[in-house]
Amino acid sequence: MIAVNRRKFLGAGAGGMGLLSFAGAMPAWARGADILAGNARKGLDEVSGPNIDLTVARSAFATGNRRGGAIAVNGTIPGPLLRLQEGTTVRLNVHNQLEEDTSIHWHGLLVPFQLDGVPGVSFPGVKPGETFTAEFPVRQSGTYWWHSHSGLQEQAGHYGAIVVDPAGPDPVQADREYIVVLSEFSEMSPHTIFDKLKKGEGYFNYNQNTWTDDYPLSGEDRRMWARMRMMPTDILDVSSAAYTYLLNGHGPLDNLEYLFRPGERVRLRFINAGAMTFFNIRIPGLPMTIVQADGQNVEPVEVDEFQIGVAETYDVVVTPGAQQAYTLVAESMDRSGMGIATLASAPGARAAIPPLRDPPLLTMADMGMSDMDHGSSGDAGMSGMDHGSGGDMAGMDHGSSGQAEMAGMAGMSGMQMRDTSLLPPDVKVGPGLDMVSMNPVDRMGDPGIGLADVPHRTLDYRKLRAFTPHREGRTPSRRMEIHLTGNMERYMWSFDGKKFSAVSDEPIRFAYNERVRVKLVNDTMMAHPIHLHGHFFELVNGAPADRQPLKHTVILQPGGSAQFDLTADEPGDWAFHCHLLYHMHAGMFQIVTVANPDGSEA
Amino acid sequence: MKIRIASLLASLAVGSVLASPAAAQHAGHSPAEPQQSAEAQTDAKSKCEQEAGRHRAMGHPVAEGACEPAAQPEAAMDHSRMDHMTMDHGSMTAQDGHSGMTMPMDAARPEALSGSHEGMNHGSMPQGNPAEGAMDHSKMNHGEMRQAEAGSSSMDHGQMDHGQMNQGQTPSQDMQGMDHSAMQMGSDDDIPLLPPPPEAGSGPARAAVAIWGEEAMNEARRELVRETDGGMRFWFQGDRLEYRAREGKDGYLWDIQGYYGGDIDKFWFKSEGEGSFGEPIEGAEVQALWSRAIAPFFDFQAGVRQDLTGPERTHAVIGIQGIAPYQFEVDAAAFVSTKGDVTARIEGELDQRITQRLILQPRAELALSAQDIPELGIGAGLDRIEAGLRLRYEFAREFAPYVGVSQEWRIGDSADFARAAGEDPSVTNYVVGVRFWF
Repeated sequence: MIAVNRRKFLGAGAGGMGLLSFAGAMPAWARGADILAGNARKGLDEVSGPNIDLTVARSAFATGNRRGGAIAVNGTIPGPLLRLQEGTTVRLNVHNQLEEDTSIHWHGLLVPFQLDGVPGVSFPGVKPGETFTAEFPVRQSGTYWWHSHSGLQEQAGHYGAIVVDPAGPDPVQADREYIVVLSEFSEMSPHTIFDKLKKGEGYFNYNQNTWTDDYPLSGEDRRMWARMRMMPTDILDVSSAAYTYLLNGHGPLDNLEYLFRPGERVRLRFINAGAMTFFNIRIPGLPMTIVQADGQNVEPVEVDEFQIGVAETYDVVVTPGAQQAYTLVAESMDRSGMGIATLASAPGARAAIPPLRDPPLLTMADMGMSDMDHGSSGDAGMSGMDHGSGGDMAGMDHGSSGQAEMAGMAGMSGMQMRDTSLLPPDVKVGPGLDMVSMNPVDRMGDPGIGLADVPHRTLDYRKLRAFTPHREGRTPSRRMEIHLTGNMERYMWSFDGKKFSAVSDEPIRFAYNERVRVKLVNDTMMAHPIHLHGHFFELVNGAPADRQPLKHTVILQPGGSAQFDLTADEPGDWAFHCHLLYHMHAGMFQIVTVANPDGSEA
Repeated sequence: MKIRIASLLASLAVGSVLASPAAAQHAGHSPAEPQQSAEAQTDAKSKCEQEAGRHRAMGHPVAEGACEPAAQPEAAMDHSRMDHMTMDHGSMTAQDGHSGMTMPMDAARPEALSGSHEGMNHGSMPQGNPAEGAMDHSKMNHGEMRQAEAGSSSMDHGQMDHGQMNQGQTPSQDMQGMDHSAMQMGSDDDIPLLPPPPEAGSGPARAAVAIWGEEAMNEARRELVRETDGGMRFWFQGDRLEYRAREGKDGYLWDIQGYYGGDIDKFWFKSEGEGSFGEPIEGAEVQALWSRAIAPFFDFQAGVRQDLTGPERTHAVIGIQGIAPYQFEVDAAAFVSTKGDVTARIEGELDQRITQRLILQPRAELALSAQDIPELGIGAGLDRIEAGLRLRYEFAREFAPYVGVSQEWRIGDSADFARAAGEDPSVTNYVVGVRFWF
């Protein structure tokens, strides 16, 4: 199964690219998809070789009926696909033609920290008119991406895909490969979006519960949510009210096509380059086999739908053939909109586009009150109660009769939604913390908000197994716990109740090669994709220690917890943050410092 | 819809509960703090005892003295987080005291994580066995006792002999009430909760300084801190800008506010005023306040208020503004004037979404006074009540015209002052206006 036959890469083109044309030879934009002059072109060019130039410049962008300012790299949104080769050295020249500083972070690539591209952490940033060169050996293979780490530039279009071809044979066998870069476009400037989020809680949410909605909420439920001063419909901060969802820069009306011959194995490399949007990915009628997560091969898992958090990547293999065409649906997690493409056996072939499904609601589990949704997954019992970490039981019983007890608790006045005595002493309690998870259970078995009840197979972290056993077999020498904290109303976000400004001189420190089990506890009702730069950590997901999947980004489900094992073997200073752009911008950011091998401070 | 002043008031009272410290609202749990080595056993004991108390409260029998410290560190083992799937009970020695334990557990199941302990019947353990007798599986905290069990991280639970554990000196605890089915798998309690070792270094992150220079990195770090701090912003809201149709001359009203500031501290300003067309302005004021976030949903505000009409008055202002449970927007303030008069005002609003854009807003305002102030027509006690109902349509979140009705009553002496001035102490206004912000 290792053999690779006829592997070739095709860029996805709009409006019907010839079956055999290669990306770059005849890019999609060249056929005049844009009618407005001055706009960035949609979609992917490909750049490769030992010396690559990336030019960052102001631009405009249009899709559907939305048009606005943007930032394009090499004239396209997304910017070009970097196609690299494992075992080679690459030289990336970032030319800044903006009137402000910029940067590029190589998301998921193992690079020396000073080339990691985070202004203020790894380097000073790239000044206007200057060029920054990052030259480093490519030590890995897989699907990754790059994006600006300066201000809010990523939202404006400053992102793109990275594919690193393996030095040896690729265990993933495919006849055809496509990139699917998921993102958003807004006419609003990113700074305006942030301003609205700060001023008007729920500003972009037009799926709120109302007197006339169809939500399955009882009067008691509604009063409970109102009493908490929170919204059960608070799924994503920014919705289709501001966003058009893009696949490779193409909006739903742009007719993005991925061509196939029936029976071919088609590899789709999904990259969520969105600023704020989790997507639910499905191709009705076509099962998807997950073969890679965050660039690292995993044992194949067949699913019908999966959720991809911001900054995650998943590679899937599909074998289309029964139908002439399939619709690839990338539905936003709040189900306010979707990105669309077609897998077509011939140019112009189309399949039905499913309507948006009903928007999901947050559950008791999302409030950090254990899991009311026993069932769906086989490990429901596990997600019941975490008896550990001393005192997180908060008046709950042993879970022997969870349902009855929860009902009783719902009647408790105040519901102890902010029992700060449950927090470790290093969590700062203040206005920036509006909730404390009462019983933050490990939710790695959760497929993501809204997917627990779908009538088909979904993915969750417990289903991921590293494809090849990794060498690291040490038991972590210590544990640490980090709380994800926030205040939805004030739109404040932080780790341990402290914005980065409060801890900018107190990084999270690791000794070189230290192996640490990090527990993240989500004391908010939002899902957060937490990203650690420069490393892969292993999700503690129940897999044998040497098969724990390697990831660079982990989703923390609302009110839940997750653990990863980290071997801190990349010295230097690294960013650690929520990859929801506006959460990071609001303070959910920290520096991780890994000491040098000789013990000196990094 | 009926105007529910009572419920508004009730909610205001509920809101005041927020001011009580979280600790006071909380009873019966010990904080989850990492135990330092020296106190590990003591802590484990006191935590154990607290927990035992809760167990008793739940009706689970817990023997007195069940929390006595054990002879061996394993006494504090937290079975709740022990990975029972990897525990090989089958290899236990004959005298290990588990002989009576039935465990129909399929250890060969590949999905170790979904192991079920439902069939494990600890209740049938031999009573009086010192090995298991006093073990509180729910609470004893093994993993955090780092010093006492240097070897624990490599402890092989599969080989563990419960018979040798000598968990405590006291006799049995009935474990029947325990349900292990919901346990968290994963043996992270083998791993101590510790701060970084000395080799991890200390102080600010400076790795990039060595490469890019102190000056460049410091500037970039400052910019990063500034950029990820939420920023300063300006907000201006016209909450009510309305035309008021009523008996006699129609009138107008404005009620605006805004702020400039960051997440915690803000400069806040407010202005209100009203009058009748063709007459001098009846009342107008501006307030300039320092506003500080003191709770997740509430700001404390203090500053000055200047009356712009009538006898010249300046007031010191102290108040709170925020969102009370059930989503009531509340603004309560007390005023002390330069003449020494003490007054107060409480306002509450509640947005009721009928659709995503059509919003019904009941609103109530109470004015109180500690004394009669005849020159201002203010009566001691409850001076004035205003209740309103406004229906707005949000063409955008920032722009919403509305129609509504607003009823004012002047109460007690205030009503007398009104009548003496030839005014009606009860006025009904039919209003049309706009709410906006930017």
